[in-house]
Amino acid sequence: MAGTAVRGRLSWQVATVASVTDETDSVRTIALDLPDWPGHHAGQHLDVRLTAEDGYSAERSYSIASADGESVAITVERLADGEVSPYLTRELRPGDQMEVRGPIGDWFTWGPEDGGPLLLIAGGSGVVPLRAILRRWQRSGSNVPARLLYSSRSLEDVIYRQELDQYRGSAEVRYTLTRRQPAGWNGFAGRVDDAMLARIAWPASERPLAFICGPTPFVEAVAELLVARHYHGSRVKTERFGGA
Amino acid sequence: MMLDGNAIGGLLLDIFATEMTSAEATCAACGAVSPVAETTVYLRGPGTVVRCRTCASILIVVTTVHGRNCVDLSGLQALHAKAASD
Repeated sequence: MAGTAVRGRLSWQVATVASVTDETDSVRTIALDLPDWPGHHAGQHLDVRLTAEDGYSAERSYSIASADGESVAITVERLADGEVSPYLTRELRPGDQMEVRGPIGDWFTWGPEDGGPLLLIAGGSGVVPLRAILRRWQRSGSNVPARLLYSSRSLEDVIYRQELDQYRGSAEVRYTLTRRQPAGWNGFAGRVDDAMLARIAWPASERPLAFICGPTPFVEAVAELLVARHYHGSRVKTERFGGA
Repeated sequence: MMLDGNAIGGLLLDIFATEMTSAEATCAACGAVSPVAETTVYLRGPGTVVRCRTCASILIVVTTVHGRNCVDLSGLQALHAKAASD
């Protein structure tokens, strides 16, 4: 039965690009029209399949940048030696189509029933699923406190900065800039370390729920620091990504 | 490229027809139990290799040839997934 989804199975479906928005020099958000989308939860991802005219195809996974109930968007970082990301961030135009399957994942997700306090730690474009979780947190009116620590090379590389800055007074959003800090910068500088976590991580006694997303070495380092702070392993959720 | 089990959520959904990233995998070598999402995953090899984060033994190997998934689960002692709800 062509076109009929078998329950429990993931089907590829055709997505049409609704709009593209440049977030930074190398990062773009792509909003997708997906008529048969079943809905998703904050933190989930989807698979994208691009097929060239000669039949060669490439698949990649991207975190969904939007929260439950919102239309689907992905945020893609262009990697210099990438095969797919240069196309998605440079060539793709509204009206273009690609194949998508999802939503995928039920581990790295958050809903109000999961509680907190929430500690979200992002490295680079690892902020994408955490942005969706923060939106879900805000829109659900959750009463658990939330903090985001976001590590970026420079202030210009911060994705969603305008949106994240609007949380001031509700969620606590802190940046650490690893390579370059603007004059008069009074945020954190350098890689996430224990001294930074001493100031921003909830004490383990409050049974915090942590989500860490970023490149593999970043995630490993931060997860180790949290476990050393006696965070319970099952309350430290991680998602690693690598480039291509 | 070393990733984690989140990266193969789509592949595993394809094979098991249910969400597998929060399923609990028990390593046949060391007995460690971990959600699939927290295992170590190597893509781009000849096939997808899933290893135990505790002892690095191979848990799962998936090779896809001509549209067929060949799945080797011999490194697992058990795999517990939530039953699909209707």
